[in-house]
Amino acid sequence: MAVKEIQSGQVGRSLPRLESAAKVTGHADYVHNLRLPGMLHVKVFRSSIPHGRIRRLDVSAAKQLAGVHSVITSDDIRTIIPEPYFGPAFHDQPILAIDKVRHIGEPVAVVLASDPHVAEEGVALIQAEYDELPGVYDEVAGATATTYVHDTLKPAGTFPDLKHLQGKSNTNIALDYQLRRGDVEAAFAKADHVFEHTFRTQQVMHVPLEPMVSAAELTATGLTIYTASQSPSFVRIEIARLLGWPENKVRVKVPHLGGGFGAKLYVKLEALVAALALLTRRPVKLSLRMDEQFFTISKHASTFKIKSGVTKDGKIVARRCDVWWNGGAYADIGPRVTQKSGFTAAGPYDIENVHLDSFAVYTTRPPAGALRGFGIPQLVWAYESHTDLIARALDIDPVEIRRKNILREGRPQATGTKMKDAAIEQVLERLAARMNWDRSFDRGAGTIRRGRGIGIGFKAVIAPTTSVAIVNVYADGSCSLYCSTVDMGQGSDTIMAQIVAEVLNLPAETVNVVHPDTDVTPYDMATLGSRSTFHMGNAVRIAAEDAKAKLAALAKEVGLPAGANVPISEIFKKKYGMQAGNVIGSGSFIPSYKSPDHETGMTDNATPFWMIGGTGAEVEIDTDTGDIKILRIVNVADCGTPINPRIVDTQLSGGAIMQLGFTLTEEMQFDNGQLRNPTLADYKIPGMRDMPTVMENEAVAARQHDGPFGAKGVGESATFGLSPAIANAIHDAVGVRLTELPLTPERLYRALAAANGKPLKD
Amino acid sequence: MSNTRQINFTLNGTPVSAEVGTHLSLVELLREKFDLFGARESCAQGLCGCCTVLLDGQAVSGCLYLAALADGAKIDTVEGLGTRDTLDPVQEAFIEAGAFQCGFCTPGFVLMTKQLLDENPNPSEDDIRHYLSGNLCRCGAYPEIIAAVKAASAKRKAAG
Repeated sequence: MAVKEIQSGQVGRSLPRLESAAKVTGHADYVHNLRLPGMLHVKVFRSSIPHGRIRRLDVSAAKQLAGVHSVITSDDIRTIIPEPYFGPAFHDQPILAIDKVRHIGEPVAVVLASDPHVAEEGVALIQAEYDELPGVYDEVAGATATTYVHDTLKPAGTFPDLKHLQGKSNTNIALDYQLRRGDVEAAFAKADHVFEHTFRTQQVMHVPLEPMVSAAELTATGLTIYTASQSPSFVRIEIARLLGWPENKVRVKVPHLGGGFGAKLYVKLEALVAALALLTRRPVKLSLRMDEQFFTISKHASTFKIKSGVTKDGKIVARRCDVWWNGGAYADIGPRVTQKSGFTAAGPYDIENVHLDSFAVYTTRPPAGALRGFGIPQLVWAYESHTDLIARALDIDPVEIRRKNILREGRPQATGTKMKDAAIEQVLERLAARMNWDRSFDRGAGTIRRGRGIGIGFKAVIAPTTSVAIVNVYADGSCSLYCSTVDMGQGSDTIMAQIVAEVLNLPAETVNVVHPDTDVTPYDMATLGSRSTFHMGNAVRIAAEDAKAKLAALAKEVGLPAGANVPISEIFKKKYGMQAGNVIGSGSFIPSYKSPDHETGMTDNATPFWMIGGTGAEVEIDTDTGDIKILRIVNVADCGTPINPRIVDTQLSGGAIMQLGFTLTEEMQFDNGQLRNPTLADYKIPGMRDMPTVMENEAVAARQHDGPFGAKGVGESATFGLSPAIANAIHDAVGVRLTELPLTPERLYRALAAANGKPLKD
Repeated sequence: MSNTRQINFTLNGTPVSAEVGTHLSLVELLREKFDLFGARESCAQGLCGCCTVLLDGQAVSGCLYLAALADGAKIDTVEGLGTRDTLDPVQEAFIEAGAFQCGFCTPGFVLMTKQLLDENPNPSEDDIRHYLSGNLCRCGAYPEIIAAVKAASAKRKAAG
């Protein structure tokens, strides 16, 4: 399609990030750096057990320590917030533990002092005694356990499809989502082959290098919260709800974030610092240590039982998916993950009969929420490993079996929604081409064996969500963009500036992007789920076009002929007689969407857009040790038409490298609910030497018809296919299948030994 | 906790002094007394490299290094390397290669790259991966960082 809409050349440029100089000189602004006059530092006393009733909490010694300002427990919190429970999907999480603790590391009390070292010393003086309760750790066992993490379910009311859960008790299932299409049992009975496998993923953490941090201070009119948050608008609304205040008394300011990846969403520390500022009447700041992040939020461990009916020539005719999500002690956004990702659990395949059940399960582990992919990487791990096993069993080439089954443009996905602007076929074909799939491959010999594999996945964007933007043109012709999208490193400031610049025909470098400040920048649902380019990008485009139209009207008003090439500053001067005034354009965007039917999961409009990601891997295995060397990773994605090609490229490789950690090394390890490895010494994230020898990225030529200048999101797409691509490549190399992440040398060595008839003892 | 001592050291070329608690880390000293935020505490174990500063020309983890031990030393931080208007070639190369996303780890990588190129003006890709393996970037900008180090090496050679 010939698109003539790009006129100014600002969209499509690989412009370096606007804040580049500040970042390389160490001057970029993070909440981490913030100091407020008279500020108290907060340190947290945390639960040392996974599940139990609080019998006694003794804070007297901490209170008496010289330099301690105060020690606060839930009793104090409830004097100002009677119902101190927060959460985006359920109001289930107390600001500080009330009566009971539900996971290791749960905040129970806090110590405040001007000197953070004194506060830390005070924490060490607090003593708690508990009546321990049995733990619930496994998501499958937890779904039917008779130890309940919460007495009753408390859906937030924000989401209409959670209302049926209100007041439900005697269950750990926070949400059961289902989809029914056709008749899977009848199709299984008629199929030539039926395959069934179970795959598991482990609990991992986002590990932003700027640990979570929030500060709060009272103002003349209310409260200002400075926070490393991906969702300033949500924070404002949720804190206002907790306090019973109008939104306009709570101001939330967010500078740059030192990484987020989903960890810094919704409310994390904000409710606590807000309450502490109100209780102490002093500015307060809480900076988590690295280890404390692991107790705060994580990515769901999962179990996925997948069953497919297949014809003898490899056409999938039926698929049943049972997915259990280990949500930990508090729901956070887990129920959304369960549903919004759950409906794509059958994969990007054209399957007539689909039966999905997806369960959000409370356990007594640290809470799980959104992490770069919102559940999709867990699903793709299972369905693409399963697809590869089917191909092997039927002796069909892995690319070929996908060609036979992929969802093509216009075909209905499991919900019934017809695929549109979803370049699944192009992603598959470009991946195969880049991998030289039809050519021979050096498979090694002896104890060094090589293999290759692919995985492709797709994701719907969270819907319906709203973004609002304001473009303010000043009297000299310069302009600012006000938007609440948070630049946590993904480059949103830069691409939003490019969109404004494209419309107003300015160099993008000259656009000032005002960082989120809820007193100044308008509402945005949140920076999550690869939604910003599409949603905020559209709002920004509309706002810039509004400003442009108003400038044209102003020019006409002051008597300039239409299309006159007069500098903007001249228009203002003619109107106001001097350098004065503003032209303000605004834009608001909410895409269309239709909620799925509660019983069948059917809808004809399941998502505003689809993200497609495929990864190919070439690996080398040392069969003597189980060592897994990643030789090559190829990432291919459909992100529409890139606004900034280099930023797209770095989102793809960055997403893949993060997923590489979740695939090979990262795992939160528990012993009876105790987390053994909440430090970077024991929890290994990828470093420079873990990088594959070769990494390539490609955004296929594509266009999202209703995206800003044809663009859509890309931040998660390279996380989809990587894990199964590597497991499939390992199978290709040495003939054994690993079904549980992470893919460690030990697991592989054990599998090799078992395959050789000499299984090792545990 | 109240024990303090007076230390004198050179900070980015300027002689300075400070009264420091014996428990205070170098990164806390830079932040609390000198308003320098480029070195940042992240893992607090000396494993991520976010708190890297140069002490007598050698990179140290500022989160583990006691401020009191800096007495008499020459301390260089990222803020002393270049300003927003006159960047060091390493900083320029990082911008041109797009070698960062969130930027939190960037000062550490910039300082380590400078030290690498001072020791080895022509590092191979293996040299780069090895030398920078003590710095972590969770955004995964490693391919661009490797490209930036190579570009910085070329820039420094061109500048003579």
